[in-house]
Parts: sequence; C-alpha cells; structure tokens
Amino acid sequence: MPELRELTYAEALRECLRQLMEEDERVFLIGEDIGVYGGAFGVTAGLIEQFGPERVIDTPISEAGIAGACIGAALTGMRPIGEIQFMDFVTLSMEQLVLQAAKVRFMFGGKASVPMVLRMPSGSGTGAAAQHSESLENWFVHVPGLKVVMPSTPYDAKGLLRAAVLDDNPVIFVEHKLLYKTKGHVPEAPYIVPLGQSKVVREGSHLTVVATSVMVGRALQAAEQLAEEGIELEVIDPRTLKPLDDAPIIESVKKTGRALVVHEAVEMGGFGGEVVARIAASEAFDYLEAPIRRLAGLDIPIPYNRRLEYHAVPQVESIVREARKLVRGEY
Amino acid sequence: MMQLSQDLIQRHQDLIEALGAETLKAMLQEMHLIRAFEERAEQLYMQGKVHGTMHLSIGQEATAVGAANAMQEGDYLLNHHRGHGHCLAWGSDPNRMMAEFMGKETGYCRGRGGSMHIADIESNNLGANGIVAGGLPIAVGVGLSIKMRRTSQVCLVIFGDGAANEGAFHEALNMASIWRLPIVFLCENNQYAMSMPVQQAFNIENISQRAAAYGLPGVTVDGNDVLAVYAAVSEAAARARRGEGATLVEAKTYRYKGHSKSDKQVYRSREEVRFWQENRDPIMRFSQLLLTAGLISEAEAAQMRERAVAIIDAAVAFSEASPEPDVADIMSGVYA
Repeated sequence: MPELRELTYAEALRECLRQLMEEDERVFLIGEDIGVYGGAFGVTAGLIEQFGPERVIDTPISEAGIAGACIGAALTGMRPIGEIQFMDFVTLSMEQLVLQAAKVRFMFGGKASVPMVLRMPSGSGTGAAAQHSESLENWFVHVPGLKVVMPSTPYDAKGLLRAAVLDDNPVIFVEHKLLYKTKGHVPEAPYIVPLGQSKVVREGSHLTVVATSVMVGRALQAAEQLAEEGIELEVIDPRTLKPLDDAPIIESVKKTGRALVVHEAVEMGGFGGEVVARIAASEAFDYLEAPIRRLAGLDIPIPYNRRLEYHAVPQVESIVREARKLVRGEY
Repeated sequence: MMQLSQDLIQRHQDLIEALGAETLKAMLQEMHLIRAFEERAEQLYMQGKVHGTMHLSIGQEATAVGAANAMQEGDYLLNHHRGHGHCLAWGSDPNRMMAEFMGKETGYCRGRGGSMHIADIESNNLGANGIVAGGLPIAVGVGLSIKMRRTSQVCLVIFGDGAANEGAFHEALNMASIWRLPIVFLCENNQYAMSMPVQQAFNIENISQRAAAYGLPGVTVDGNDVLAVYAAVSEAAARARRGEGATLVEAKTYRYKGHSKSDKQVYRSREEVRFWQENRDPIMRFSQLLLTAGLISEAEAAQMRERAVAIIDAAVAFSEASPEPDVADIMSGVYA
C-alpha cells in the first residue's frame, strides 16, 4: 500500500490557494505581509513568486480597506481571498463585513453577490496575549448573510477552503494558529469538503462531544484516555458553524443521551450555546440522561503568563474531567 | 442672476459648445426630475404612505447630474444615503425607484432596501450606502477589479463631507493612490454632517486639500454649477481611464431640507437656507444659463418642470398599483 501523502495545515491551505489561482484568474489574494514575507504564519509563502504582485497583493495596514477591497472586487466579477493577519484585527473590518458584505445581497433584492473569503487565524496558545489570541467566530455566526468555517485538520482545511472560494457568498474562514504545523493526510488533487456538513470524527456510545477547531484534536485525545476507562466518546466536528448541520449532532445525542460542547471562545454568548439550544429543542431532548454541558474559554481576555494562558481555555484534561463527570452522573 | 448667467456662459463656453443644446437640455430635465421625485417623496411621507426615513437631496441636483453625465456606459457607481438623485441621474427607472421607496416588490430591491439602499446592479449602480463612508473601501475593490480585468471602466464613488472624517476615507484614498486605481472620489459637501457644520468638523478650507496627503490631485468646484461638476468629474474620469489613478473632487453644495425626517434644523438659520435657495439654486441657475445662452425658451423651461412632475405622477401610480412583497418570501435573497 502506498504511503498516504501528509501535509501540514498551512501547506494544505497553500496548496488549495495555488490550485485555485492556477485554475481561475479571477482568484486573487490580498492582505498584510502576504507577499515576499509569505504571511505572518507562512500560509502564502511562495505564491507571490508564482503569481506576481498583481495577484498576491500586499496591503498597507488597513483592515477595513482589505475587507472593502474584497467586497468591491467580488461585486464586480472577481473571487478575492483576503487575509486578516490575526483574527483580533478583524475588529477593524467589522463595518465592511457586517454592514456591507453580509447585507448587500439582501438589501439589493437578491441581485448582487459577494463571493469572497476572508481568512484569519484565531486562538491562544502562542503567548501572544490579549490582543493577538481572540476567538471571535461567534460574532460572525450571528450575522445573516455570512458563512463561517472552522477547519480542524489539514484535509478539511484544503477541502473547505476550496468550497468557500467556490461559494457565491462571503465566507469567514477561521484558521487556528496552533493547527498550522499539524500534519495529516491531504490528497494532491483538488477536492471539496462541502460547507454545512458536520462530521463524526470518532464514534462512541456514552457521550457526544461537539468540538470546533483546535478543540477537535483535544477532544480526540481525551477520548483516547477515556477509552482506557471504558468511556466511549463520540466526537463531532461541525466544521461549518454557519450554516450549521445539526442533524448528525442530534442523531448522536439520541444515541448517547449526553452532550458536551467544547470550544475555545469564551463560554458566554459563544457558539456552544447555539448547539446546546438546538439539542434541547430537538427530539434528542427525550433521550437525555444528563444535563447538556459546555466547556469553553473563561470569561477573561487571554493572559500572557504561560500557566494562566493554558488555564484560560479547555485542555485535554479538562475535557476528560468534564466528560467523566457527565458519563458517571457526577454533576 | 442675469450677470451670473453670463459669467457662467463665459466660463463654460467650450463645454456648452461641446455638449450641445440637446444634452444640456436633457441635463436640466434630469435636475427637474430629481427635484420632482424628492418633493413627491416628502409629500408621500407626510401623507403616511411611506414609513421609515429618507434623506432628500433637494438643492444638490447639480452635483448628481453633473457627475453622472460625466461618466460612460459601463462605469460603476457607489453612492450614499442621500442618493435618490444620483440614481436618477445614472439613468434609473423612476417607476422602480419610487416602487422601492414605497417598499413594493417591483422596486429595484424588491422592497427590501428602501430609500437608503437603492441599487441597480444591471447598470453597474452598486448601490447607495446607509453607512457614512461605507462605500469608499468597496470602491477600492471595484478599482482593483477593473485594473485586474484590464477594462477601461471607472468607478465613481460619491460620499458626503461627513464621510471625509471617517477612517475608511483615509484607508481608501491611500490604497487608491498607491495602486493607481481608476476611481473618482466625489465628496458632495453639503455643509452639514447631520447637524455638524463643516466649519466645525474640519480645520481646513477645502476637503479636497486632503488629496495632497495621499499623493492624489484634489479639486474643489461649485457643486451647484452643473457644468463645473461635469467638467471636474470628466477630467478626473479621463485621468482614471488613462491609467493615471484616482482624483478627489469636492463639490460644494447645500441641502435645503433637514438631514432626515426627524431633523428640526435648530443648527442653522432660515435666512441661511433662504440665501442658498434664492441665490444659488442649481436648477434656477442652469435654467437661466440656458435661457441667456438662447438654448431654451421660457416655454420649454416651464414644460420641463411639468414633464418631470408627470413622470413622477406615473411613477407613484405604478408604485401604488404594485404588489407588496410576499411575507412567505421573507427569507429569500440572504444567500446566493
């Protein structure tokens, strides 16, 4: 059997960008330091050499301008892919994204489309402290007109990015800094992971764990540990937060009778609340054997100190602890 | 007024000859159409036939008509909340404009946008914007797209004096300059950002001075002189089409009505409004110019107003007879 080709998450994203740009001259990249620098996390490294500065456009530090440039280009026949250097900085693009990109189609009677993707790295764990570690995905989930994607593996990163770029709507594509160097199987030929399809990444019978982004890997590690105790977690990665494919989640909870939602963003007002509400409002309610729980970031800015930073967001051991309590009825 | 007309004729002699009587008359007719639309809009509001709010451009017709006529087929328009006039000057159908204003399914945006968000994508009118300066970063993208598609199009983006104090103005003008984008930035300075007078909001004489900070040409014109606006925007558009980049054009004009329906206008005097109405009215001035130049007769000038009112009457009739959007269809149009 031939060995499966492995790429890092960053390489998978880059391969997808390269393939899209080779196929379609309407696709271009725009963002800060994405040219010769290769992007703050190296995702676009080498692309300016292949496609030139007209299609890999380095911008001044102007996040509203980057978002607006994507919108205007998308409205007039291009397929822009913008990069926001850190998700934190998307706060400076919010007006363009929330009031323009998301709304023009509806406001104009369904006659305009904004096929753009805005990529951005979220998350803590790099010691970058409070203004470079945000997980703001749920802000966008709350906005009609946007789609929100959060890949957790190199395979999904490549396939979801392709789906996002081919989609005719504005897509917020949330990467995670800690995932860029993780490796996994990625086929070379272009493929799509459709938007709006949750994936059961591990089957189990005792507890459904819905996890996003970097938490998917942590949930899987927790599942390995708990399996030794005879506790079987079923881990589901929504992959696309909006639109959310909740059917596999509800089916899973009907099977396990228990649910835990894990994400890095702070718990209050976070995506977990939506998942919990969907489960509670569904036919899975009748199957519940335990309260539905969330495990998420503390309601604090991300601290600088390594220990504090570690404890600000869910880790493998906190997932193990919470899962064990739910399955054993110790809540 | 007679002396002013002669001065204007002298100043615009070449332009008057180049445009010719038919085009000049059509421009005056458009200005009448905008005013008739706006006056009826206000009336419909008073009668309770429309809800929400509206931003009337009465007094600013010369800027809209001068700018739109300076652009070519295939060019792009992005404009702002006080945008009825820009759309009409761009060639939008008054029936569908009025229907949108009245929230009807036959409106440009199927009643989903309303007064502040009229767009006509088919004619490259990319829409009015309810967010001050919201259209400026988008114009950058349109300019980039034109450049990458290697067409000879130009993007006209119209915004008010208030927008020039938003951060988006800074980002957009800088990006347009460094990338030499084919954009005409038209600042429609109507003297007030809601209640804030330009004298208090800027410590410079002309907003166009800011262009220099971005390495762009900047020019200020009399926004109530339709030919001055036409000339400045034409030159800026020609420059953009030649690949020489963007220009900031400031058109100084004046709005007669309040910012929106709730405005009691305590921040300015009635005398000030009357002064502009009596001395600088763009329609009166342009009519007088064409009369003095012997390009129209008194009778023709009078007919223009009547014709405009008739078009608006028909637009209202069309809109009143049009269906409301179907509630069953409320979710449509959010996603492609």
